[in-house]
Amino acid sequence: MSLNAYLTLAALMFVIGLFGVLTRRNAIGILLGIELMLNAVNINLVAFARFHGDLLGLIFTLFTIAITVAEVAVGLAIVIVIFRVRRTVEADRLDLLRG
Amino acid sequence: MTLEAVGFWVVAAVLLASSLAVVLTPNLFHAVLYLAAVLVTTAVVFLLLGSPFLFAVQLLLYAVGVMTIVVFAIMLTERLIGERIVQTSRHLLNGAVVAAAVFVGVAGFLIRAPRLVPHPAAAADATPAIGRALVGPFAVTLELLGLLLVVALLGALYFARTDE
Repeated sequence: MSLNAYLTLAALMFVIGLFGVLTRRNAIGILLGIELMLNAVNINLVAFARFHGDLLGLIFTLFTIAITVAEVAVGLAIVIVIFRVRRTVEADRLDLLRG
Repeated sequence: MTLEAVGFWVVAAVLLASSLAVVLTPNLFHAVLYLAAVLVTTAVVFLLLGSPFLFAVQLLLYAVGVMTIVVFAIMLTERLIGERIVQTSRHLLNGAVVAAAVFVGVAGFLIRAPRLVPHPAAAADATPAIGRALVGPFAVTLELLGLLLVVALLGALYFARTDE
Protein backbone atom coordinates (compact mmCIF):
# COMPACT_ATOMS: atom_id res chain seq x y z
CA MET A 1 0.00 0.00 0.00
CA SER A 2 1.16 3.52 -0.72
CA LEU A 3 1.90 6.10 1.92
CA ASN A 4 -1.09 8.11 0.72
CA ALA A 5 -3.46 5.25 1.57
CA TYR A 6 -2.32 5.27 5.22
CA LEU A 7 -2.38 9.07 5.38
CA THR A 8 -5.91 9.18 3.94
CA LEU A 9 -7.06 6.58 6.47
CA ALA A 10 -5.53 8.64 9.29
CA ALA A 11 -7.07 11.87 7.93
CA LEU A 12 -10.53 10.27 7.81
CA MET A 13 -10.13 9.00 11.36
CA PHE A 14 -8.95 12.45 12.46
CA VAL A 15 -11.97 14.27 11.02
CA ILE A 16 -14.34 11.67 12.52
CA GLY A 17 -12.76 12.42 15.91
CA LEU A 18 -13.05 16.16 15.22
CA PHE A 19 -16.73 15.65 14.39
CA GLY A 20 -17.18 13.85 17.73
CA VAL A 21 -15.44 16.63 19.67
CA LEU A 22 -17.60 19.28 18.00
CA THR A 23 -20.94 17.51 18.35
CA ARG A 24 -20.84 15.58 21.62
CA ARG A 25 -22.47 17.19 24.66
CA ASN A 26 -21.03 14.74 27.18
CA ALA A 27 -17.55 15.58 28.51
CA ILE A 28 -16.48 11.90 28.36
CA GLY A 29 -17.77 11.71 24.78
CA ILE A 30 -15.57 14.69 23.89
CA LEU A 31 -12.56 12.91 25.43
CA LEU A 32 -13.32 9.84 23.29
CA GLY A 33 -13.25 12.06 20.19
CA ILE A 34 -9.86 13.43 21.25
CA GLU A 35 -8.64 9.83 21.60
CA LEU A 36 -9.64 9.16 17.99
CA MET A 37 -7.74 12.23 16.79
CA LEU A 38 -4.59 11.27 18.72
CA ASN A 39 -4.72 7.75 17.31
CA ALA A 40 -4.94 9.11 13.77
CA VAL A 41 -1.82 11.18 14.42
CA ASN A 42 0.01 8.08 15.68
CA ILE A 43 -0.86 6.22 12.46
CA ASN A 44 0.62 9.15 10.50
CA LEU A 45 3.83 9.05 12.54
CA VAL A 46 4.33 5.30 12.11
CA ALA A 47 3.51 5.46 8.39
CA PHE A 48 6.05 8.22 7.78
CA ALA A 49 8.66 6.32 9.84
CA ARG A 50 8.06 3.20 7.73
CA PHE A 51 8.20 4.97 4.37
CA HIS A 52 11.26 7.07 5.23
CA GLY A 53 13.11 4.28 7.03
CA ASP A 54 13.52 6.52 10.07
CA LEU A 55 13.49 5.09 13.58
CA LEU A 56 12.68 8.43 15.25
CA GLY A 57 9.05 8.29 14.16
CA LEU A 58 8.53 5.01 16.03
CA ILE A 59 10.18 6.35 19.20
CA PHE A 60 8.14 9.55 19.03
CA THR A 61 4.98 7.44 18.68
CA LEU A 62 5.94 5.53 21.82
CA PHE A 63 6.19 8.86 23.67
CA THR A 64 2.89 10.20 22.34
CA ILE A 65 1.11 6.99 23.34
CA ALA A 66 2.41 7.23 26.92
CA ILE A 67 1.63 10.96 27.16
CA THR A 68 -1.89 10.31 25.90
CA VAL A 69 -2.43 7.77 28.65
CA ALA A 70 -1.42 10.41 31.21
CA GLU A 71 -3.74 12.91 29.53
CA VAL A 72 -6.67 10.50 29.71
CA ALA A 73 -6.06 9.76 33.40
CA VAL A 74 -5.99 13.44 34.35
CA GLY A 75 -8.84 14.37 31.99
CA LEU A 76 -11.17 11.73 33.40
CA ALA A 77 -10.22 12.65 36.97
CA ILE A 78 -11.22 16.24 36.17
CA VAL A 79 -14.51 14.96 34.69
CA ILE A 80 -15.20 13.03 37.91
CA VAL A 81 -14.53 16.14 40.01
CA ILE A 82 -16.83 18.18 37.77
CA PHE A 83 -19.53 15.54 38.26
CA ARG A 84 -19.13 15.77 42.03
CA VAL A 85 -19.31 19.57 42.09
CA ARG A 86 -21.83 20.36 39.37
CA ARG A 87 -23.85 17.10 39.12
CA THR A 88 -23.86 17.30 35.35
CA VAL A 89 -22.09 15.71 32.40
CA GLU A 90 -22.97 18.30 29.82
CA ALA A 91 -20.13 20.47 28.57
CA ASP A 92 -22.63 23.22 27.66
CA ARG A 93 -23.72 23.62 31.28
CA LEU A 94 -20.18 23.97 32.66
CA ASP A 95 -20.22 27.75 32.41
CA LEU A 96 -18.78 28.59 35.82
CA LEU A 97 -16.29 31.05 34.32
CA ARG A 98 -18.87 32.91 32.25
CA GLY A 99 -18.72 36.63 33.02
CA MET B 1 -4.11 -7.76 -4.72
CA THR B 2 -1.36 -8.65 -2.32
CA LEU B 3 -1.98 -9.91 1.17
CA GLU B 4 -0.98 -6.53 2.62
CA ALA B 5 -3.51 -4.74 0.41
CA VAL B 6 -6.33 -7.06 1.48
CA GLY B 7 -5.33 -6.62 5.12
CA PHE B 8 -5.20 -2.86 4.72
CA TRP B 9 -8.69 -2.56 3.22
CA VAL B 10 -10.23 -4.87 5.84
CA VAL B 11 -8.52 -2.96 8.66
CA ALA B 12 -9.45 0.41 7.14
CA ALA B 13 -13.12 -0.58 6.88
CA VAL B 14 -13.24 -1.83 10.48
CA LEU B 15 -11.35 1.24 11.73
CA LEU B 16 -13.60 3.78 10.04
CA ALA B 17 -16.82 1.94 10.94
CA SER B 18 -15.81 1.72 14.63
CA SER B 19 -14.70 5.36 14.62
CA LEU B 20 -18.07 6.46 13.28
CA ALA B 21 -19.78 4.30 15.90
CA VAL B 22 -17.74 6.01 18.66
CA VAL B 23 -19.00 9.46 17.71
CA LEU B 24 -22.58 8.49 16.76
CA THR B 25 -23.84 5.84 19.20
CA PRO B 26 -26.10 7.31 21.90
CA ASN B 27 -25.04 4.90 24.67
CA LEU B 28 -21.80 6.13 26.25
CA PHE B 29 -20.73 2.66 27.38
CA HIS B 30 -21.17 1.30 23.84
CA ALA B 31 -19.09 4.22 22.56
CA VAL B 32 -16.26 3.16 24.88
CA LEU B 33 -16.48 -0.43 23.64
CA TYR B 34 -16.29 0.80 20.04
CA LEU B 35 -13.29 2.92 21.03
CA ALA B 36 -11.64 -0.26 22.30
CA ALA B 37 -12.23 -1.79 18.86
CA VAL B 38 -10.67 1.32 17.27
CA LEU B 39 -7.59 1.08 19.50
CA VAL B 40 -7.05 -2.64 18.79
CA THR B 41 -7.51 -2.05 15.05
CA THR B 42 -4.99 0.80 15.20
CA ALA B 43 -2.57 -1.69 16.75
CA VAL B 44 -3.14 -3.95 13.73
CA VAL B 45 -2.34 -0.98 11.46
CA PHE B 46 0.99 -0.66 13.28
CA LEU B 47 1.56 -4.36 12.61
CA LEU B 48 0.80 -3.83 8.90
CA LEU B 49 3.37 -1.03 8.92
CA GLY B 50 5.97 -3.50 10.16
CA SER B 51 6.22 -2.36 13.77
CA PRO B 52 5.39 -5.22 16.15
CA PHE B 53 6.86 -3.28 19.09
CA LEU B 54 4.34 -0.45 18.76
CA PHE B 55 1.62 -3.08 18.23
CA ALA B 56 2.40 -4.45 21.69
CA VAL B 57 2.72 -0.99 23.26
CA GLN B 58 -0.59 0.12 21.76
CA LEU B 59 -2.37 -3.00 23.06
CA LEU B 60 -0.84 -2.89 26.55
CA LEU B 61 -0.85 0.84 27.29
CA TYR B 62 -3.72 2.13 25.22
CA ALA B 63 -6.25 -0.61 24.73
CA VAL B 64 -5.92 -2.01 28.26
CA GLY B 65 -4.85 1.06 30.27
CA VAL B 66 -7.11 3.68 28.74
CA MET B 67 -10.08 1.32 28.56
CA THR B 68 -9.79 0.48 32.26
CA ILE B 69 -9.64 4.15 33.22
CA VAL B 70 -12.57 5.16 31.01
CA VAL B 71 -14.78 2.27 32.17
CA PHE B 72 -13.99 3.16 35.80
CA ALA B 73 -14.88 6.80 35.16
CA ILE B 74 -18.20 5.92 33.56
CA MET B 75 -19.13 3.53 36.36
CA LEU B 76 -18.19 6.08 39.02
CA THR B 77 -20.11 8.90 37.39
CA GLU B 78 -23.14 6.72 36.71
CA ARG B 79 -23.21 5.82 40.37
CA LEU B 80 -22.89 9.49 41.34
CA ILE B 81 -25.61 10.58 38.94
CA GLY B 82 -27.80 7.59 39.76
CA GLU B 83 -29.04 7.09 36.20
CA ARG B 84 -27.83 5.86 32.86
CA ILE B 85 -25.81 8.42 30.96
CA VAL B 86 -27.42 8.84 27.58
CA GLN B 87 -25.41 11.20 25.50
CA THR B 88 -26.88 13.34 22.82
CA SER B 89 -25.19 15.26 20.06
CA ARG B 90 -25.77 18.81 18.95
CA HIS B 91 -24.89 20.95 15.92
CA LEU B 92 -24.57 17.78 13.82
CA LEU B 93 -24.63 19.72 10.54
CA ASN B 94 -22.05 22.29 11.66
CA GLY B 95 -19.75 19.55 12.95
CA ALA B 96 -20.05 17.61 9.70
CA VAL B 97 -19.30 20.73 7.64
CA VAL B 98 -16.20 21.62 9.68
CA ALA B 99 -14.93 18.01 9.64
CA ALA B 100 -15.46 17.73 5.87
CA ALA B 101 -13.69 21.05 5.31
CA VAL B 102 -10.67 19.87 7.32
CA PHE B 103 -10.58 16.61 5.36
CA VAL B 104 -10.72 18.45 2.04
CA GLY B 105 -7.82 20.62 3.21
CA VAL B 106 -5.72 17.58 4.17
CA ALA B 107 -6.66 15.73 0.97
CA GLY B 108 -5.44 18.72 -1.03
CA PHE B 109 -1.98 18.20 0.43
CA LEU B 110 -2.16 14.42 -0.08
CA ILE B 111 -3.01 14.72 -3.79
CA ARG B 112 -0.07 17.01 -4.46
CA ALA B 113 2.40 14.93 -2.41
CA PRO B 114 5.00 12.80 -4.23
CA ARG B 115 4.36 9.06 -4.17
CA LEU B 116 6.72 7.22 -1.86
CA VAL B 117 7.59 3.55 -1.81
CA PRO B 118 8.43 1.82 1.50
CA HIS B 119 12.01 2.43 2.51
CA PRO B 120 13.99 -0.83 2.16
CA ALA B 121 15.86 -0.24 5.41
CA ALA B 122 12.59 -0.21 7.37
CA ALA B 123 11.55 -3.69 6.25
CA ALA B 124 13.36 -5.44 9.10
CA ASP B 125 11.98 -5.55 12.64
CA ALA B 126 13.07 -2.31 14.30
CA THR B 127 12.54 -3.50 17.89
CA PRO B 128 16.26 -4.05 18.75
CA ALA B 129 17.15 -0.62 17.33
CA ILE B 130 14.31 1.00 19.32
CA GLY B 131 15.56 -0.68 22.49
CA ARG B 132 19.11 0.57 21.94
CA ALA B 133 17.87 4.10 21.21
CA LEU B 134 15.69 4.15 24.35
CA VAL B 135 18.62 3.37 26.66
CA GLY B 136 21.06 5.41 24.58
CA PRO B 137 20.25 8.87 23.21
CA PHE B 138 16.68 8.86 24.57
CA ALA B 139 17.39 7.53 28.09
CA VAL B 140 16.63 10.85 29.82
CA THR B 141 13.46 11.32 27.78
CA LEU B 142 12.30 7.84 28.74
CA GLU B 143 12.90 8.56 32.44
CA LEU B 144 11.01 11.85 32.14
CA LEU B 145 8.15 9.93 30.54
CA GLY B 146 8.04 7.57 33.51
CA LEU B 147 8.02 10.56 35.85
CA LEU B 148 5.18 12.13 33.86
CA LEU B 149 3.10 8.95 34.14
CA VAL B 150 3.64 8.75 37.91
CA VAL B 151 2.77 12.43 38.38
CA ALA B 152 -0.31 12.11 36.17
CA LEU B 153 -1.57 9.08 38.11
CA LEU B 154 -0.91 10.80 41.45
CA GLY B 155 -2.75 13.88 40.18
CA ALA B 156 -5.66 11.76 39.02
CA LEU B 157 -5.78 10.04 42.44
CA TYR B 158 -5.73 13.44 44.16
CA PHE B 159 -8.55 14.79 41.99
CA ALA B 160 -10.73 11.72 42.32
CA ARG B 161 -10.16 11.15 46.07
CA THR B 162 -13.09 10.86 48.44
CA ASP B 163 -13.57 13.59 51.03
CA GLU B 164 -13.05 11.67 54.24
